[in-house]
Amino acid sequence: MSSNRSCGITAHSLMLALLAVAAACEMPGTGVASESEPTRTLTQALSGYEFQAEDTQALQDDPFANPGMLWVDQGQELWRDAGSADEPSCSSCHGESGDSMRGVAARYPAYDAETQSLLNIEGRINHCREKHQQQSPYAYESAELLALSAFVAHQSRGMPIDVFIDGPARTFFDSGQSYFYERRGQMNLACHHCHERNVGRMLRGDRLSQGQPTGYPAYRLEWQTLGSLHRRLRFCNVGVRAEPFSAGAPEYVNLELFLTWRARGLKVDAPAVRR
Amino acid sequence: MLKARISAPARARPGEIISIKTLISHPMETGNRRNSLGARIPRNILTEFVCLYNGRQAFRAELHPAIAANPFLAFHLRADASGTLEFRWTDQDGEVTTETRDLVVEP
Ligand code: HEC
Ligand code: HEC
Repeated sequence: MSSNRSCGITAHSLMLALLAVAAACEMPGTGVASESEPTRTLTQALSGYEFQAEDTQALQDDPFANPGMLWVDQGQELWRDAGSADEPSCSSCHGESGDSMRGVAARYPAYDAETQSLLNIEGRINHCREKHQQQSPYAYESAELLALSAFVAHQSRGMPIDVFIDGPARTFFDSGQSYFYERRGQMNLACHHCHERNVGRMLRGDRLSQGQPTGYPAYRLEWQTLGSLHRRLRFCNVGVRAEPFSAGAPEYVNLELFLTWRARGLKVDAPAVRR
Repeated sequence: MLKARISAPARARPGEIISIKTLISHPMETGNRRNSLGARIPRNILTEFVCLYNGRQAFRAELHPAIAANPFLAFHLRADASGTLEFRWTDQDGEVTTETRDLVVEP
C-alpha cells in the first residue's frame, strides 16, 4: 500500500513536470495553411519498438512466440471463410494466400471516393463486408476485426509506410494534424507534449516513445490481448483525463492518417508487442 | 474455439533432443478482477497441459490463475521412435483442445 502511494506521488509530480515543460514550449506547426506542404516536427522517426525492454522486443521478433500471431492465424481462417454459405469469402475475391494484401496496410488510411470518407484498414475491411459480402460490419475491437486487420497488416510487415495526403485526403489530414497539437483534458496536454517533447523519458512504468502507429494492431502485455491503434489512442486521451472518442470514430481515423504520414520512413511492424 | 500454435520438427535423428514450443489463445481470467460495475469477473482458466508421445506422457504442466493470457510453453523431448505427438490443453470445466503432429525419426 505505502509503495503504491509513493508511486502515485511520483507519477503526479512527473505530470506536473510535464505540465511545466508544456507551458514553457509552445509547439510549432499548428495553423499551417492547408495548401502548403506540412512540416514534420520530428527530425528522425523511431518505431515504438526501440523504446521497449529487450525481452519485449525479443517476444515481438520471434515469429512463433509473438502472441499477436495467434490473431494473424485466426485472420487467415476468417479470410478463407468469412461470409455465409452463399456469400463469397475474402479469398474468393482477393486470392487464397493474402499476398494481394502486400503493401496495402503501408498506404492506409486512404481516401475512398465512393463513400467520400477516409478509411483505415478496419474501415476498409468492414466496407468489403457490407458491400461485397452483404454482411453486417464487425464491431470495432471485435475478435474477428482484430484478426482480419492483423492478418492484412502482417502482409505488409517490413514495408515502408507511405500514405497519400493530397487532394480530398488533405482536409482529413489537416484535422488529424491539429488534433495532435491541441491541448486537451484536465492535464491540458497535447499528444505532442508527450510524444515529441518528452520522448525517451519515463512516465510511470513506460518509456515515452514517439507515439508511432506502425505496430498496430499490437499485443499489449498490460491488456493481455491484441488491441487496435484506436484502443491505444483512447488510453492516451484518458491518461490526460480527456474524454475519449469511441474506437473507429472519424476523429481517430483522421488522427491515424496524420500519425501514419508522420511515421514515413518507418516500416510496418505489426503485430508489435508492447509493455 | 481455442487457437493453438505448435512448433515441432517434422523429422529427427534417433536420440536427438528436439525442442517443442506451444502457444494457445486463452484469456486466463484469474477470477480476482472486477468489471467497471464492481462485479467479479468469473474465473476462466486452463488447468492442464499434456504432451503425449506415441500415447505416453512426455511432458505435463499444471496451470494456475497467475499465468498470463495466451500461455506459451516450451520444452524438450528425446526423439526415439517415429509416431505422433499429441498436445492437450484442458480447461477448468474439462473442455479439451487437442492438436497433433507427426514425427519421423530416422538416421
Ligand atoms: C501524458 C502523456 C501522453 C500523452 C499526452 C499522449 N500519450 Fe500516447 N502514450 C503515452 C504512453 C505512456 C504510451 C506508452 C509508451 C509509449 O509508447 O510511449 C503511449 C503510447 C502511444 C502510442 C503507441 C506507440 C507504440 O509504439 O505502441 C501511440 C500511437 C500514441 N501514444 C499516440 C498518442 C496520441 C495520438 C496522443 C494525443 C491524442 C497521445 N498519444 C497523447 C503517453 C501519452
Ligand atoms: C466480392 C468481392 C470481394 C470480397 C468478398 C471482399 N472484397 Fe475486399 N475488395 C474488393 C474490391 C472490388 C476492392 C476494391 C475497392 C472496392 O471496390 O471496394 C476491395 C478492396 C479491399 C481492400 C483494400 C485494398 C487496397 O488495395 O486498397 C482490403 C484491405 C480488402 N478489400 C479486404 C477484404 C477483406 C478482409 C474481405 C473479407 C472480409 C474482403 N475484402 C472481401 C472485393 C471484395
